[in-house]
Amino acid sequence: MLNRFMQSRLRGLMVLALILIIIPAFLSNPFHYELATQIAIIGATVVGLNLLVGFAGQISLGHAGFFGLGAYFTGIATGTYGWPSVPALLVGAIVVGIIAWVVGRPILRLKGHYLSMATLAVGFIIAIILNNERAITGGPDGMPVPAFEVFGWELSSFGTYSLFGLEISGVQAWYMFASGVLLLAVWFALNLIESPIGRALRSVHGSEVAASVVGVDTAKYKSLVFVISAIYASLMGGLYAHFQGFITPAVASFEFSILFITMVVLGGMGSTFGVILGAVVLKLLPQVLADFQELETVMFGLILMLTMIFMPKGLLPTLTAAVSKRLRKKTGGKA
Amino acid sequence: MLKIMMRRARKCAVVAAAGLMMMSAQAAEPIKIGSFLSITGPASFLGDPELKTLEMYVEKINEEGGVLGRPLELIHYDDVGNASSARNFASRLIRSDRVDIIVGGSTTGATMAAVPLIEQAQVPFISLAGAVVITTPVKKWVFKTPQSDRMAAERILTDMKDRGVSKIGLISGTGGFGSSGRTQTLEVAEQMGMEVVADVTYSGSDTDMTAQLTNIRNTKGVEAVLNFGFGQGPAIVTRNYAQLGMELPFYQSHGVASDSFLELAGSSAEGLRLPASPLLVPDSLPDNDPQKEVVQNYKAEYEARWDSKVSTFGAYAYDGLMLAVRAIEEAGSTDPEAVREALENIKGYVGVTGEFNMSPDDHNGLDADSFRMLEVQNGEWNLIN
Repeated sequence: MLNRFMQSRLRGLMVLALILIIIPAFLSNPFHYELATQIAIIGATVVGLNLLVGFAGQISLGHAGFFGLGAYFTGIATGTYGWPSVPALLVGAIVVGIIAWVVGRPILRLKGHYLSMATLAVGFIIAIILNNERAITGGPDGMPVPAFEVFGWELSSFGTYSLFGLEISGVQAWYMFASGVLLLAVWFALNLIESPIGRALRSVHGSEVAASVVGVDTAKYKSLVFVISAIYASLMGGLYAHFQGFITPAVASFEFSILFITMVVLGGMGSTFGVILGAVVLKLLPQVLADFQELETVMFGLILMLTMIFMPKGLLPTLTAAVSKRLRKKTGGKA
Repeated sequence: MLKIMMRRARKCAVVAAAGLMMMSAQAAEPIKIGSFLSITGPASFLGDPELKTLEMYVEKINEEGGVLGRPLELIHYDDVGNASSARNFASRLIRSDRVDIIVGGSTTGATMAAVPLIEQAQVPFISLAGAVVITTPVKKWVFKTPQSDRMAAERILTDMKDRGVSKIGLISGTGGFGSSGRTQTLEVAEQMGMEVVADVTYSGSDTDMTAQLTNIRNTKGVEAVLNFGFGQGPAIVTRNYAQLGMELPFYQSHGVASDSFLELAGSSAEGLRLPASPLLVPDSLPDNDPQKEVVQNYKAEYEARWDSKVSTFGAYAYDGLMLAVRAIEEAGSTDPEAVREALENIKGYVGVTGEFNMSPDDHNGLDADSFRMLEVQNGEWNLIN
């Protein structure tokens, strides 16, 4: 049983890795690499958010707050104080984790809409602080962030690097790095889901009362997964800041939080690979639709609406269900 | 069957021939002008006239034979006022569309988000946003056409000084524009030996500023009041100012220099002064003003083409495009370094916003005198000097 679980988990991860390796064949210019890198970073963020939303069944409307906090912590620590990148990312993650734990304990006692409202408020407060602390964060005009560096080795999207004798550009190097990060994020999430913690979380999702009756400490698990997903957001926010080279309080905005949640819902709540697909679709659509100009927003809304009407479970779960049904029919016909 | 094939073959031949002809006609490769603007969203009042202006003049220049014998091609994206999408579209312009020059960036936020990328990619960039940080300190590849908020502060304070005012009450918005304007006003006031005795702020969503204004009124020694803000806030301040019956000279910033502000503020705007582009008063400019013709032409052409009122923000795009064209002509190619150098050395270009004299230390090229001081009289803008 355990063996089969391991295999199915690894199989998904292998498929994702394969896709990530094949994708560069379709990327024809540096801008495409840049988009792919952003998608990988955002994808890893929503994989973390999905642990909270899809598995524990708690809605967070303030996740961009943690993302933005991570981004600004990294930006300020490396830019203003000259820290190296890795400690900045890690300390940022710890700080954000503590903040999430402190605010999570009381607000996770709330249920349903009240919980969503509380997370919404947390996100807003973070965005307001980033906007107003002009001296530290640069205010609404944002601040520049230096390139990612480890022990004096810089990863800039404008540099050139050599890999096994091959010359690759900065954006390609970033793509590889971000792909690796995404795989790690997925691997960790899949393991967490199959662990006792994951089982406890799903029981909370099913029925919180039933879960506590059978002895699951629901408050503990809920705040644990809240902290984990905030740490995901913080780390990815830090990487995003390094990659973009410039951040504004928009990274912590309400719109960005909604975008995260939409990615989860569109891709398929509770499906780790589905939410990545959600990130891909929602990051690519604005670029594809840019050619429609005035109709862009209308098309965007229409696509979202149709998807939610005809695929309420999300893209990936609906698609896999359709494919396996088709397959079953075929094999059934033969037999 | 054979007939059909013959017909098809003929069709193919015609298409191929037409294609060849087109190719020879387009042998002159277009010069790509990239632009990212806030065409929709909260800053659409900036991006919309900017895009219309760019489209209109690119068409016009192409009809007149293009630049260096090559047609212009405008590639534009809508950043909806969002800084991170502005940065993404700037990247798309540079890396995917491979544009020769960028004219765009409606807001300071959008501009500053794209600047690090543009500096590294080394593409000439003319911004259409206001804040002084864009070109101070000078960035090698970044230029801008609007006057900075610092110049607005200088212009206003000079006018106050002429009226014998030395103690100011300052009220400003907490948004990007207002807070940057506040900082500049405080600095300029110190340089000019004036004193800001009251300094209050309001947030963008406030609907009543009576409390802040009362605070200023109760401060001893205030001789004039200045409001630095953007959007509907200044209109409310103006109304409250009239309601409180305050009689001190009242100044607004260039951020509200538009006809829609006059409509919002109504009769309470009577007597207030602000620095603005000559575009608001094209016909009252003296005949010897070199800008008069440019300003009148732009206004006439814009209003004829779009059937809507001209705005100062569109004029920033006009100057941006014309500076770009002039630089490319002077450079004789689209080589980025050559165009950048040509931009840096433009002298005496008379635009709608003012007369541009660029230099390696000044990538804006305007001085405070390019602002005209206007006073509202009988519900209309009036040039006072």
